[in-house]
Amino acid sequence: MTTGPGRSGLIMEEPLLWEKGQPGRTAFSLPDQDVPERSKEIDANLLGEAPDFPDLSEIDVVRHYTRLSGWNFGIDTGMYPLGSCTMKYNPKINEKMAATPGIASSHPLLDDELSQGSLQILFELQSFLASLTGMDAVSLQPAAGAQGELAGMLAFAAYFRKNGEQRNKILIPDTAHGTNPSSAALCGFKPVQIQSGTDGIIDPQVVAELMDENTVGIMLTNPNTLGLFEESIREITAIVHEKGGLVYGDGANMNAVMGIVDFKRCGIDIMHLNLHKTFSTPHGGGGPGAGPICAVEKLRGFLPTPHVTRKDGAYYLEYNCPESIGRLHAFFGNFGVLVKAYSYILSMGAKNLKKASQLAVLNANYVRESLRNDLYLAYDKPCMHECVFSDKWQQEYQVSTLDMAKGLIDHGYHPPTIYFPLVVPGAIMIEPTETENKDDLDQFIAVFKDLIREAKEDGERLRQAPLRTKVRRLDETQAARKPCLTG
Amino acid sequence: MRYLPHTDTEIAEMLAVTGHDQLDDLFAHIPDDCRYRGEMSLAGPLSEWSLTDRFQELAAKNYSSSAKAVLIGAGSYSHHTPEIVSSLISRSEFLTAYTPYQPEMSQGTLQGIFEYQTLTARLLGMEVANASMYDGASALAEALLMALRIARKKNTVAISAAIHPHYREVVRTYLQAESFTLIELPVKEDGRTDLSSLQNIDDLAAVALQSPNFFGVIEDLEKAGQAIHSVAALFVTCFSEPFAYGLFRSPGDNGADIVCGEGQSFGMAQSFGGPGLGMFACKAKHQRTLPGRLVGETVDIEGSRGYVLTLSTREQHIRREKATSNICSNQGICALTAAAYMASLGATGLRSVARLNYDKAAYLRNGLIEAGGKLLFNSPTFNEFVLCFPDDFEVSRERLLKKGIVAGIELGRFYKEYKNAYLFCVTETTARVVLDTVIGEACK
Repeated sequence: MTTGPGRSGLIMEEPLLWEKGQPGRTAFSLPDQDVPERSKEIDANLLGEAPDFPDLSEIDVVRHYTRLSGWNFGIDTGMYPLGSCTMKYNPKINEKMAATPGIASSHPLLDDELSQGSLQILFELQSFLASLTGMDAVSLQPAAGAQGELAGMLAFAAYFRKNGEQRNKILIPDTAHGTNPSSAALCGFKPVQIQSGTDGIIDPQVVAELMDENTVGIMLTNPNTLGLFEESIREITAIVHEKGGLVYGDGANMNAVMGIVDFKRCGIDIMHLNLHKTFSTPHGGGGPGAGPICAVEKLRGFLPTPHVTRKDGAYYLEYNCPESIGRLHAFFGNFGVLVKAYSYILSMGAKNLKKASQLAVLNANYVRESLRNDLYLAYDKPCMHECVFSDKWQQEYQVSTLDMAKGLIDHGYHPPTIYFPLVVPGAIMIEPTETENKDDLDQFIAVFKDLIREAKEDGERLRQAPLRTKVRRLDETQAARKPCLTG
Repeated sequence: MRYLPHTDTEIAEMLAVTGHDQLDDLFAHIPDDCRYRGEMSLAGPLSEWSLTDRFQELAAKNYSSSAKAVLIGAGSYSHHTPEIVSSLISRSEFLTAYTPYQPEMSQGTLQGIFEYQTLTARLLGMEVANASMYDGASALAEALLMALRIARKKNTVAISAAIHPHYREVVRTYLQAESFTLIELPVKEDGRTDLSSLQNIDDLAAVALQSPNFFGVIEDLEKAGQAIHSVAALFVTCFSEPFAYGLFRSPGDNGADIVCGEGQSFGMAQSFGGPGLGMFACKAKHQRTLPGRLVGETVDIEGSRGYVLTLSTREQHIRREKATSNICSNQGICALTAAAYMASLGATGLRSVARLNYDKAAYLRNGLIEAGGKLLFNSPTFNEFVLCFPDDFEVSRERLLKKGIVAGIELGRFYKEYKNAYLFCVTETTARVVLDTVIGEACK
C-alpha cells in the first residue's frame, strides 16, 4: 500500500488566537453610529472593562480557522466508520435549505400566524417521524438524543405519578449507551443492569425474573450496540407491559430499519431518534444534534410543551397540556437541525429511505464477512448496520485495538468506535453506513488487512502510530491530572 | 438516488459475499410481528429544484421573509454576523466531524473549542468554561443541579422571577423528578430581584439571577452576590444576551460562582429559536463537578502542544448513572461559531458594538417616552427595555406590522401583572430610520 488517502499533505502551524493580533485591529464590519452616543450616562459601578479578547484583522481570522480545519477530519474528507454514530454523507443542499432567509431569520416569539412556514415544517416533520417509527405522537423539542431520553424518562415518571404508582427501578442492558442509565438517574430511577445472552441479545427469561411492580420498565436499544436485532423484543415488551411497566426505545440505530421495523408493533411506548445520525444532519464536531421523541397514544399528553398542531388548515402552538412534563428547551428545540432532517426526508422519500437501510445493512455485513478471518468476531451471526470485532487475535503480538485504530489514521481513515460496547473487551465497532460505495469499502478492507499483517510481522510502527498527523499520541493522563481548560 | 452509490451489479457482488440472494434476505431474522406493514407515508422524493421551490413557499409563509425589523429580543437576538464567520465555520472539516474521540485527527475542533472555553471564561470573568450545553435554559437547569451537587445535603434553590419565563419552565422540568424545592423570588418595583427573603429560606443551596434580566434590567450583581454569599448559598447568574458584557461588569467580577446563558447572539441565526448555544462557566475549584465536555491542553509523545477531551470520568460514557450530567452531544459547531465571532469582534469591536446597542436602544426608549410611553422599571438597561402605554398601543403596533416592523412583545402572556407592557429590543442591526418610524406611529 504505497498510495491512497492520507499518505501525504502539508500541515500548517497556527498559534492560539490570543497569541496573534494587535490592539486596534478588528474583523467586524461596524455599523454606522446614526444615533447620539449615550453610553457615557451609565453608572460607573455597573460599567466594566471590555474582556481580554485579542484584536485580529479579517485575514488573521480567516487563516486561523482555515489552518485549524486542515487538522480535522470529516465525512467529506474520508470514510468515518464510527460505530453507533451513523456517519453518513451530509448532503449540501440541506445546509442551503436551512439557511433560506425567511426560515433562518425567523424569531421564535412571533405570533403563530406570522410563523406559519416554520410551524408547517415542524408539523410535517412530526408526521414523517411518526410514520417512520409507526408511533402515534412526536415532539421535536429535545436538543439531542440524551435530552430525548430524559424526556422519555420524565414522561414515564409522570405516567406513574398520574396512576398513583411509585416505581423506582429501571432495567437497562449491559450493551446500552452510557446516556441511558445517566438519563434514568436524573429522574431518580435506579438502573438495574441486564446481562445480554451469549448470542449478544437479551433473553426474555432474564427480563421476566427482574421485572416487578417496583420497576418502571426497560430501556432497549434496537438494533443494539452489537449491531444485532433484539429478536425477542415482542416477548420482552409483553413481559414488561404485563407487570404494568413501560418500554423506552433508544433509536440511535434507526438507520438499520427504516421501513423495515414498526416500533409500535414491537411494543415500544416511547423512543427517541437521533436526527444527526439517521437523518444525515452534520454532527459539527460535537453537535448540535436533535433527539425527537415518538410516543404511543397513551403517552401523547406527557410530551413536552408546547405541542405543534393543526386546525382548519393553520398551524399553531398548543400550550394547554396539563399532563405534559413541561418545557425542555427555551424555544422549540434545534430548529435548524430539524429543517435539515426535513429536507433530507423530502429528498429521499419513503422508497429511498428503506433502500438506505438495506444498503447500510449490506455494507456492514460485507465488511463483517470480508474481515472475519482476520479479526475476531465477537458474535458470529448476521449483523444489522454495524459489526463488532475485537483485538483478541492480535494480543499475542502486543498490538491492541487502540494501535490498529491509530494505524488506520495514518492511512486516511477515521477509526471505528473502539472499546465500546463494554461487553466486548477490545471492541472494534464498524458502521460503514450506506453512503460508502463498494470500491471504498474494498480499499478500507484491504488497508485493515495490511495493518493486521503488519501487526503480526512488526507491531512497533502500529504502537507508534499515528505518525502523519499534526500531533502524535497525546498524554491524556496529564490532561486530567493537571487540568488546563483555558489559556 | 445520488446519496446511494451502489450499482445493481455491486449489490449482486456484495450479496454473493454475504451469502444472500437479495437485499430483503438480510432481514430474514427479524420476526414478522415486528415488521413494518405497507409503505411509510412520507412526501418526496424531490429533486433539488423542487425542494428549493418548496422551501421558498414555506419561507414566504413566515413574516420574517418580508420584515424590515423585529424589535423583539426576549432570548433571541438579531445581530450582524460577519461573512467570514459563516463561511469559515461551514468548512466541512469542522461541520462533518463527530465528537473528537480521536484527538490526533481532530485538533482543529479541539483547539477551536479550547479557544472557545478561554474566550467564554474571559467574557464572563470566570476561571473555566465547558465546551457548551444545549441552550441557555438547559444550561441554567444544569447549573442548579451542579450547585445542588456542590452543596450536597441542601435541597432548595431559589430563582428570580425576572429570569426568562421559558428558562424557569425548563428548570422546573429538570428538577421535577427529584425531591428538590424550587422557590421563585419576586421582582421589585425597580425591575430588580427582591432578595430580602433569603434569610428566611432554609436549606438553600443556590440562588440564580439573570442579568440583563428578562425585562432588560441590569441587576446589581455585586450586592446580590454579597447577600447570597451571606446566607452561604452559591451565586448562579445567567444571561440571554452576552453582548451586554462588552459594556457591563462581568458576573465573575461580581462574585458569581457559576455563570451560564445563551450564546445565540454570537453568530448563530435566530432560526426560530435554535440551535443556539448554552454557555457555561464556573470557578476552577468546582471544575470536577461541571456537566458536559471539556477540552484540555496537554502534550504529545514528542512534547508538542495538543488538545484532548478531558476529565471524562465525570461523564455518562464512563460514569453512567453516577455522571454529573447525561449530556453527550452538545452544541459543538455553535461553540466554534461563537469563538470565531468573538475573535472577529476582538475586545475593541465587542466594546463598540455593545455601545451601539446601548445607544440605539436608548434612542428608541427616549423617543417612545416622548411619544407618551412610560418606563415600567426605572433601572439601567442594555438593549432591551419595557414600556407601558396609556392608550391602546395595539393599534399602532398593527399599523407598524403592516409596514414590516414588529414593535415589541406584550408581556401579559408571560406575567399577568404586566399586561399592556411591551418589551422592546434594539440592536446594531436596526437603522435609525426604522426607529423613527416606530416613534412616529406611536405618537399618532
